[in-house]
Amino acid sequence: MDNTNAIISVKNLVKKYDDFTAVQGISFDVYENEIFGLLGPNGAGKTTTLEIIETLREKTSGEILVDGYDVDKDASKIKRIIGVQLQAAGYYPNLNLVELMELFSGLYGVDINPMEMLEKVNLQDKAKAKYKALSGGQKQRFSIATTLINAPKIIFLDEPTTGLDPQARRNLWDLIIEIRKNGTTVVLTTHYMDEAEQLCDRVAFVERGEIIAVDTPDNLIDQLISTGFERKKEVKKANLEDVFIQLTGKEWREDN
Amino acid sequence: MSKPYNHTKATMALAKASFRSIMRSPSAVVFTLAFPLVFILVFGFLGKGGLKVELAVAPGSDLHNPIIVALEENPVVHLVRDKDAGEIKNGLEKGNIDGLINVQKNTAEKPAYKAKVEYTSASVDKGNVLKSVIHNLMYNLNSKDVMPTVAELNESTVQGRIYRTIDFILPGQLGFSLLSTGVFGTAFVFFNLRQTLVIKRFFATPVRKSSIVFGEGIARIGFALLGAVFIILIGHFFFHFTLVHGAITVINMLLLAIIGLIVFMGFGFVVSGIAKSESTIPPISNIITLPQFLLSGTFFSIDAFPSWLQPISRALPLTYLNDAMRKVAFEGAGLWDVKHQIMIMIIWGICIYAVAVKVFKWE
Repeated sequence: MDNTNAIISVKNLVKKYDDFTAVQGISFDVYENEIFGLLGPNGAGKTTTLEIIETLREKTSGEILVDGYDVDKDASKIKRIIGVQLQAAGYYPNLNLVELMELFSGLYGVDINPMEMLEKVNLQDKAKAKYKALSGGQKQRFSIATTLINAPKIIFLDEPTTGLDPQARRNLWDLIIEIRKNGTTVVLTTHYMDEAEQLCDRVAFVERGEIIAVDTPDNLIDQLISTGFERKKEVKKANLEDVFIQLTGKEWREDN
Repeated sequence: MSKPYNHTKATMALAKASFRSIMRSPSAVVFTLAFPLVFILVFGFLGKGGLKVELAVAPGSDLHNPIIVALEENPVVHLVRDKDAGEIKNGLEKGNIDGLINVQKNTAEKPAYKAKVEYTSASVDKGNVLKSVIHNLMYNLNSKDVMPTVAELNESTVQGRIYRTIDFILPGQLGFSLLSTGVFGTAFVFFNLRQTLVIKRFFATPVRKSSIVFGEGIARIGFALLGAVFIILIGHFFFHFTLVHGAITVINMLLLAIIGLIVFMGFGFVVSGIAKSESTIPPISNIITLPQFLLSGTFFSIDAFPSWLQPISRALPLTYLNDAMRKVAFEGAGLWDVKHQIMIMIIWGICIYAVAVKVFKWE
């Protein structure tokens, strides 16, 4: 990346709950227009960190700037320039996708064409469907569409591909890359290392509330190899997922 | 970024979404419209018929005599002629038939006819009505040609507004409909929005908490008022529900409905805050709504309750809403005339919202 302007800067972030410390002194920067991945096991503090940056949760101490705004003082200004996809968010019951889009445009105070937004995530055929009736991949794409309504500078995606089939997953990667191409910074969490390797410009490994490594996936792999690490089995030119995609078709499926 | 954020727009977007959602929610429509409507239909038709006493005419009874003729003309008595002795006995035992009459020509000179009436212990209330009808009728028939020896009784009734069953039932049903939409609707919506993280997603947008509450409130009030207008119009045009000053009375009733609903929504906020799971919402809501359903004069006037129960009835907010509604609709009172009732509802409102602020949870 040539451009290394930090759009998010986190310094010594600490989050304590009553009896345990979820985040203990995390510091990292996210650069403008990159795809940044937060990786780590469940309970490591990834979601907590994201939600504090998204101004959804109070921090115990530390300093966070998002596009120059302090999370303590300018939470509402930050909310206007970010888009947030939560891990398990629901949507207002009994409404179809167009109506939900209208609701969110009111909540963000912007005028949008709901159909155009749905087209961006290829859900125009589902305009009259209820959120509940969508497949896993469609739900995630719709969630991402709601994050784009306010034309945000940064979007946060918390485990966007968890539970999706391989086609839907790759399809979502394409969408994320497309969003980045339009100038948006993307911060995501994932459990899939192949996904992080493919998508992310830089990744941070979080373990027990601390960051243990931040770098590009390439550098991190090279560092590991330089220590003399070798895979037990020689890597073939394809893996089982490639077989799956070959056998079941690469193109979008009806229920993706 | 150039435009300042518009909170009114956000509130209205929420109100619109919530209203659409309510209109498509079967339980809201059933509670607000269908439920009260069924009661109104049932009582409306009951009220029209009034009290009827089934009086069987024994087979073999003389039919062409002044007693039977007078009974036929009596609006309270319905004569059953086409049943045989067995059917009549069965009917009397079950209480389907309230009495049996057998009139025979007297073989002696006087009186001209002898009437034998049997009552049944299966229908004591109507039997008593029948008894007084027959006594009255016999007295009239017997004294037709006789000058009174002590005093002559002259009875007349002042013509007033006709107070029908619907005039009592409709305001009660309307009040109860507002209570259930307010409590159940609000409790379920906020509990579910919280559980399914819809509210959390809202918090990731610049919307204010107050906009969420007001948006929901506006939608629910709008829906309830639509329901109220519907119920009042059906009552008025199909069952002659009395609206003394026409449209002005309706507007007064709607204003009362808004006050009532805001108070009842306070209960809903409290329930959504204290409920631990979705399945505990109905029992908790029922604890609030059922006593008011029974004790607030929805079906019966609270004056009919035993005296130890009346203070409880007079403590409930629905009692005052019902009372005010009836005064406005039937007596043509203005809102100022029911200020006492409104004041008690407002006191309830202040108390319940004080509790709601303490127990309501956003996450």
